[in-house]
Amino acid sequence: MTDYLRPRTLDEALRLAAAGRVVPAAGCTDLFPATQAPALAGPILDLTGIEALRGIARGPGGWRIGALATWTEVARAALPPAFDGLRAAAREVGSVQIQNAGTVGGNLCNASPAADGVPCLLTLEAEVELASVRGTRRLPLPAFLTGPRQTARAADELLTAVVVPAAAGAGQGAFVKLGARRYLVISIAMVAARLEVADGRIARAAVAVGACSAVAARLPALEAALAGAPAGEAADRVVPDLVAPALAPISDVRADAAYRAEAAVELVRRALVRALPRQEAA
Amino acid sequence: MTAPLSPLSLGVNGRRVEVLAAPGRRLSEVLRADLGLTGTKVGCDAGDCGACTVLIDGAPRCACLTPLAQAAGREVLTVEGLDAAGFAPLKAAFLRHGAAQCGICTPGMLMAAAALLATNPRPAPAEAEAALGGVLCRCTGYRAIIAAVCDAHRRPLPGIPPAPGRAVGARLERLDGRPKVDGTESFGADLIPEGALLVRAVRSPHHAARFAFGDLAGWAARHGVRVFTAADIPGRNAFGTIPAFADQPALAEREVRLRGEAVALVAGEPAVVEALDLAAFPVTWEPLEPVLDPAPALAGGRTVLPLRPGNVLTRGRVARGDPEAALAAAARVAEVEVVTSFVEHAYIEPEAGVAWMEGETLVIRACTQAPVMDREETAKVLGLPEARVRIIPSATGGGFGSKLDLSLQPLIGLVALKTGRPARMVYTRAESMASTTKRHPARMRARIGADAGGRITGMLFEGVFDTGPYASWGPTVATRVPVHASGPYAVPAYRAETVAVHTNGAIGGAFRGFGVPQAAVVQETLFDDLALALGIDRLEFRRRNALRDGVPTVCGQVLRGVGIGACLDALVPHWRRALAEAERFNAQAQAQAQAPGQGLRRGVGVASCWYGCGNTALPNPSTIRLGITREGRIRLHQGATDIGQGANTVIAQIAADALGLPISRIDLVGPDTALTPDCGKTSASRQTFITGKAAMLAGQALRRQILALTNRGEAARIELEDGCLVVSDGQGAARIRLAALPEAGHGCVLLAEETYDPPTEPLDADGQGAPYAVYGWGAQMAEVEVDLALGTVRVLRITAAHDVGRAVNPLLAEGQIEGGIAQGLGMALMEEFLPGRTENLHDYLIPTAGDIPEIRPILLEVPDPEGPMGAKGLGEHVLIPTAPAILNAIRHASGARITRLPALPHRVRAAIREAAG
Ligand SMILES: Cc1cc2nc3c(=O)[nH]c(=O)nc-3n(C[C@H](O)[C@H](O)[C@H](O)COP(=O)(O)OP(=O)(O)OC[C@H]3O[C@@H](n4cnc5c(N)ncnc54)[C@H](O)[C@@H]3O)c2cc1C
Ligand code: FES
Ligand code: FES
Repeated sequence: MTDYLRPRTLDEALRLAAAGRVVPAAGCTDLFPATQAPALAGPILDLTGIEALRGIARGPGGWRIGALATWTEVARAALPPAFDGLRAAAREVGSVQIQNAGTVGGNLCNASPAADGVPCLLTLEAEVELASVRGTRRLPLPAFLTGPRQTARAADELLTAVVVPAAAGAGQGAFVKLGARRYLVISIAMVAARLEVADGRIARAAVAVGACSAVAARLPALEAALAGAPAGEAADRVVPDLVAPALAPISDVRADAAYRAEAAVELVRRALVRALPRQEAA
Repeated sequence: MTAPLSPLSLGVNGRRVEVLAAPGRRLSEVLRADLGLTGTKVGCDAGDCGACTVLIDGAPRCACLTPLAQAAGREVLTVEGLDAAGFAPLKAAFLRHGAAQCGICTPGMLMAAAALLATNPRPAPAEAEAALGGVLCRCTGYRAIIAAVCDAHRRPLPGIPPAPGRAVGARLERLDGRPKVDGTESFGADLIPEGALLVRAVRSPHHAARFAFGDLAGWAARHGVRVFTAADIPGRNAFGTIPAFADQPALAEREVRLRGEAVALVAGEPAVVEALDLAAFPVTWEPLEPVLDPAPALAGGRTVLPLRPGNVLTRGRVARGDPEAALAAAARVAEVEVVTSFVEHAYIEPEAGVAWMEGETLVIRACTQAPVMDREETAKVLGLPEARVRIIPSATGGGFGSKLDLSLQPLIGLVALKTGRPARMVYTRAESMASTTKRHPARMRARIGADAGGRITGMLFEGVFDTGPYASWGPTVATRVPVHASGPYAVPAYRAETVAVHTNGAIGGAFRGFGVPQAAVVQETLFDDLALALGIDRLEFRRRNALRDGVPTVCGQVLRGVGIGACLDALVPHWRRALAEAERFNAQAQAQAQAPGQGLRRGVGVASCWYGCGNTALPNPSTIRLGITREGRIRLHQGATDIGQGANTVIAQIAADALGLPISRIDLVGPDTALTPDCGKTSASRQTFITGKAAMLAGQALRRQILALTNRGEAARIELEDGCLVVSDGQGAARIRLAALPEAGHGCVLLAEETYDPPTEPLDADGQGAPYAVYGWGAQMAEVEVDLALGTVRVLRITAAHDVGRAVNPLLAEGQIEGGIAQGLGMALMEEFLPGRTENLHDYLIPTAGDIPEIRPILLEVPDPEGPMGAKGLGEHVLIPTAPAILNAIRHASGARITRLPALPHRVRAAIREAAG
């Protein structure tokens, strides 16, 4: 076995992953910055030759985003308005260069608390599909992300796709990112929202905040409070008590904890305004 | 088990190549080392800088993040392939707009731009900005690059070269620009000699620790490498930038005093050395309680450097009149304490170079700002006579002050000397950020008083500067700040005192402005306080107090050619417009039903600068040699390193005009300590003034020789044609056949060499004297928009009026202004180096293409009687007013008075809350 493997099929990849400890590699935008060496230290299982892990498609059960879908592909994909937040997040990941290489699967498996893809996928009720020679399983995203840089992926498993159930494809999505510069910036905080509005009232709200807790978090109390509210009042209903309990912000080089807590509330308001259907937003 | 490698095939610039390298190797490494395509640059190996951008099947990717295997079977386009791919006009546009300064980011910029232009040949500025957002540039401030990309579709007629004697003042493209856009410019890491040893340093993971080595010989033998420590250093293991303060070991002995300090070198075959895990190097650390704050360091804290008990490196002081009495009698007194952070130079090129032996001579080719000082200090550390050390500066990918100090020169020099083999070293980004110098963090307190008419009556200033464990340029900061802390204003009673304090933080060194940018924040904040308290327009307040010819400075120096009044006057119409626009915007924003503390507000701020060019009250000569060859070429021996600022072009322009021949006839020689006379350091904004003056004198001297040979008067015209000098005036033409003249040395038949050292007077104990012969002046106005709820700041526009005495090359001067503003903006809003926590370019943020506002440079020419053709320096001035202008604008917009830099969103938000009460 060489220390750099680049199989062409998923079956072969799963066999290799079962045969011994390997590090899966996709866009390498998280793997390479973690080392200063001129080459990736093996054994590497490079997934980018596997056609079956690419692409974004609508199936009977919902939307399937291949693990290897890059952020550029997500940004350009023809997806309903519920995905507007995810597509906006895709355009905010690093830079064009990073978006051309970095993948959705890598973003989730890397499990950074500041991963921009996570809040959007949380509001889309996404599930991850994990495959191994032992079989395939699906986990809701919150069950997959177990902590900062920790996931429920077993050593022999590969993330093959992210699945958004058909029901979650309804409504309007939005994403707001806060950073200290325009491009190439790790979020101080970011918020994704998805609103389903019927007859001027919020039928369902899904709101998630990133970079303000060990793992990005949905805001169940706020979502409950928004249900049934007039759409135009969505932002006014956001009060700190409905946001703070779900978060546990820390102080770091980018911002202090108190600021994060306060900014999260403001960002939630702004995300909700952007998630209103066009006429309500006016 | 690793199977033998099989070759991978890929297309590179239209050619199919087979590479035998590890499939997991960074494509950037493969391109550079295996394929010799060193046009692709490496600034971080982490995706943060974009210098390595290449196109893979047309899409921009970071080559440093791409394993070779993922490029296999695909088409890679690098800067070397741009012409063939039809992008020559893009490169021409870069030259036309001055979009390449040092040039290290240029290949990455060109590639990102090429990808955009392939689908969108006439992009709007916002589209260009987004396409370039992933490539960092530290020199240009991006505006010229964006303009070049948007203008790349044009095919302008070639410009008419300036007439003889008219080069000064012309918007000339830089003379050394072509290799920068071709990707052939050779930076420190770009020379990879066959058979060179690779050198890596073992560095301290602690701020302070004692250390001991284990079995070095055994470890070295086991890995097949050589190890060198301080015990191997043949000379004096203490270097510095100021001889009296030399205190920094090339390799630490027994104790390390900062994170990233080198304790040992490992040298060997590149493949072996690059694979070593240096964490397993046989060294044991005994951490010491680090001294990380100057306050405890001064108050009886542990001594950082035995040489300086009490941790005081130096103090500085300027005193004039009775400031206490003046403040007591003032109508208003304003007071502030400002705290600033370590600021990293963040040039895109980490330190790199190669050393080798040529007979008895040690040759070092590395990036640098100060070749002659490199030679002196390296020779001393290695115990060699200076004549046995030759420094050939490589192209330097940005310096901004940090590449004045030695870094790897003594390290690779030691290995080459001991092994007799070429030794090459390239710092990682983390190594560069941890171990090299920074802008000093400062804690400054000041009080300024004004009378009821808005005239400054007195000022008291105290500043504590964290200089880290070694001296570097700490003494310069301590002396420059008191001289400049008044700003370019008349302050009749004044006392400014500074102290540079040793800690175990990063080394405080030289960074564009030597402490003056920090002090300017204090003074300009207080000026706004006073103007507001007295109800005087803030710009008017500054105009009332501006220094004028004949009014003594705080050092008692009486100047001529004072340009600050002209700069402030130039801002007046812009100021009125901006205030009116902000007022309109804010009225509208307020009218829209927003809760209090919500919404966007605009504000305008202004600040000034002055800055003495050259060393403070110390000699700092430059020598220029200018000759004419038999073939009729003019040879300019120019020892000033051009780190992107444009000395190669500006010095040639001055020399050409002084001589009276066309600049196109000039060939540049050097810099190289074996070929060029000393032009001093590229620091203190001294090259245009001091080396420029030497060039003017050399040009005039050579001209006099020619006139004397033909017995013609000063007004005669000199021309070069067919190997002859033709000198003509009313009496007709006389010809000098160059081939008939005897050799005058250095391959020339006519030769002149001139030295210029600016006249200064030493400062007395109260800092009174004439510290500089020439000052430059400037004032900037910032327009910003503050998001009240989030505390985020968007700078909308900066109008920058600078008096340069004579704009030798307006294109390059504007480039300096834009680049300085970008650095000032970073210092104001985002840059904070925390040793051990932000040693990379994603936690340490510098502005991207999307963060730089529109910049309107206004060049003013108030001639200086001493400067060459009236010219003054500019390089550092441009950065000084930016941060205070932005901070004052934030306050105008939101009420937030920021006293802790950088103004990160959480700090602005807290200040807004405080202002709201
Ligand atoms: C300069 C820069 C800027 C960035 N900016 C942002 C940003 O703004 N927002 C943001 O969220 N992220 C950002 N990132 C991080 C990164 O680009 C993203 O997280 C990206 O989506 C990672 O994808 P990748 O394919 O490159 O992952 P890789 O580096 O290939 O892999 C990441 C991790 O996931 C594992 N892995 C990858 N794919 C699979 C799989 N299918 N199955 C199992 N394990 C797998 C790998 O083993 C590794 O541990 C940035 C990175 C850089 C270098
Ligand atoms: S070297 Fe690749 S992004 Fe900096
Ligand atoms: S020209 Fe861009 S970094 Fe120097």
